[in-house]
Amino acid sequence: MNIVVFIKQTFDTEAKIVLDGNGKIDANGVNLIINPYDEFAIEEGIKLKEKFGGEVTVVSMGGPRAQEAIRTALAMGIDKGVLVSDPELDNTDEYGRAQILAKAIAQIPYDIILAGRIAIDDGASQIAVRLAEALNIPSVSSVLKLEVAGTQATATREIDGGTETIEVSFPAVITAQKGLNEPRYPSVAGIMKAKKKPLKTLTLADLGLSAGDLSPKMVINQYTLPTPRQGGRKIGGDAAQAASELAKLLREEAKVL
Amino acid sequence: MAKGIMIIVEQRNLQIRKVSLELLSQGRKIADQTGEPLVAVVLGQGIDELASTVTANGADKVILIDDAKLAEYTTGAYTSVLNKLIRKEEPTAVLLGNTAVGKDLAPRLAQRLGVGLASDCTGMEYDANSFLSFKRPIYAGKAFAYLTSNVRPIMATIRPNTFPLAAPDAARQAEIVKEAAEIDSADLVAILKEVAIAASKRPELTEANIIVSGGRGMKGPENYGILEDLADVVGAAVGASRAAVDSGWKEHKFQVGQTGKTVAPTLYIACGISGAIQHLAGMGSSKFIVAVNKDPEANIFNVADYGIVGDLFEVVPLLTEEFKKLVNE
Repeated sequence: MNIVVFIKQTFDTEAKIVLDGNGKIDANGVNLIINPYDEFAIEEGIKLKEKFGGEVTVVSMGGPRAQEAIRTALAMGIDKGVLVSDPELDNTDEYGRAQILAKAIAQIPYDIILAGRIAIDDGASQIAVRLAEALNIPSVSSVLKLEVAGTQATATREIDGGTETIEVSFPAVITAQKGLNEPRYPSVAGIMKAKKKPLKTLTLADLGLSAGDLSPKMVINQYTLPTPRQGGRKIGGDAAQAASELAKLLREEAKVL
Repeated sequence: MAKGIMIIVEQRNLQIRKVSLELLSQGRKIADQTGEPLVAVVLGQGIDELASTVTANGADKVILIDDAKLAEYTTGAYTSVLNKLIRKEEPTAVLLGNTAVGKDLAPRLAQRLGVGLASDCTGMEYDANSFLSFKRPIYAGKAFAYLTSNVRPIMATIRPNTFPLAAPDAARQAEIVKEAAEIDSADLVAILKEVAIAASKRPELTEANIIVSGGRGMKGPENYGILEDLADVVGAAVGASRAAVDSGWKEHKFQVGQTGKTVAPTLYIACGISGAIQHLAGMGSSKFIVAVNKDPEANIFNVADYGIVGDLFEVVPLLTEEFKKLVNE
């Protein structure tokens, strides 16, 4: 089985967001991690390989630092990595990035493509689904359970208030929700091996793409930071007095009850 | 020629989702500002009766696409039908709720149409240059991005609870159009085998007006009953912090925070939650925050409008009684 896992390097969830002099998100000094949902995709890819054999390739887009994320995935047990790295990536939106990824993945044989259901940085939840469309294959989003038999996958996905079960034939895109599995930690031996595993870097030109093909459909005009909330009133007295006072405030002052 | 603001109305078992009504309410305002018609599209089976609700909530035109293959949402069939409809109608904007369906459908549809998508927006307003301008949280609400679209249709998914509901007007009239579902066989390759909706009398976490949430201070899964009692008095949803979910006390679907759900209710009651940055990211845009925590130094008090320093096992049941009194008044 040929498995592709698409990952993204993101800010650590602990990161405090600040804007730089140009009003953009400042990445300086921020600790970077593999997007937490992508770890479920990596784990599932490795598990599928362990069960059915074949090869599992991790693909990412980003600057040179994204190599660290790929090395971590290789240390977990992924066989090889592909990084699309190009200054023009900064000038693309989800539409363009899905096209780039589709070109990069089209060079690799694939039966199943796994990705996290959302990246915790931009939170857009678009690329994996757009990728499936660009490759003209089905996708199942937010998967909690995946069973593979032959060239068929049965995926249980989270929907609002419940789950649904979908059957797809390969090739297909599956996006991982927390609960799909428990991602492993890289072992020391894995980390050593990862250093020797192949990691190929591609530019847009290598993929036969130019900035003109990828002109963004959406424009981000501005970033802002939320106004910090102010701590409000602490309600004193014993528990009964406090509960009574709170109920009164919620009704009369906040007018929410 | 103004081609309209198109709202893709989501229904399940012939119940229209609240976020769709919120979109119609806000869409109506923008339609009035711009003179563009508000077009509502409903997909499903046996959906005729929904036209009146959609009309009363603001639509100028209702397009019904009724087909057995659309009875349940599937990515392929819905994308197929909407892609064709949008190419024919050429709306200026296409808006969906950021629900499980919206999150799955909108990116696929946007890619097929070759357009952009502003996902999970918490703000949308008329903009003279670009027609619509969107605000969306990034880094789970630690920052915001403001976007416009270079192309038409402009597409966006809007987070539930972003816009208030306008009162429906039963006297409104709309043009009702029935369209046949044209579904390409290539879009029917994924097969929906089963839909399992957990029976719950509580609202969806992301749609709830009030959320009662418990963290590490709950001490165990058996104690969530007191939060459920409080929630039931005011029709609230119940949530949990990552600490509670990682301890196995609640399922991940209840988790509020950066690696769970982002919520913006009118009232968020945090019980035994310390207020880690990841949790605050997920609920920081709630209108009012109440914190009950026995640690007076807990970070949650720095964002709470009202705080009670005390034992939640003592305070919460008393609060339930107080809320009951208010509800019964």
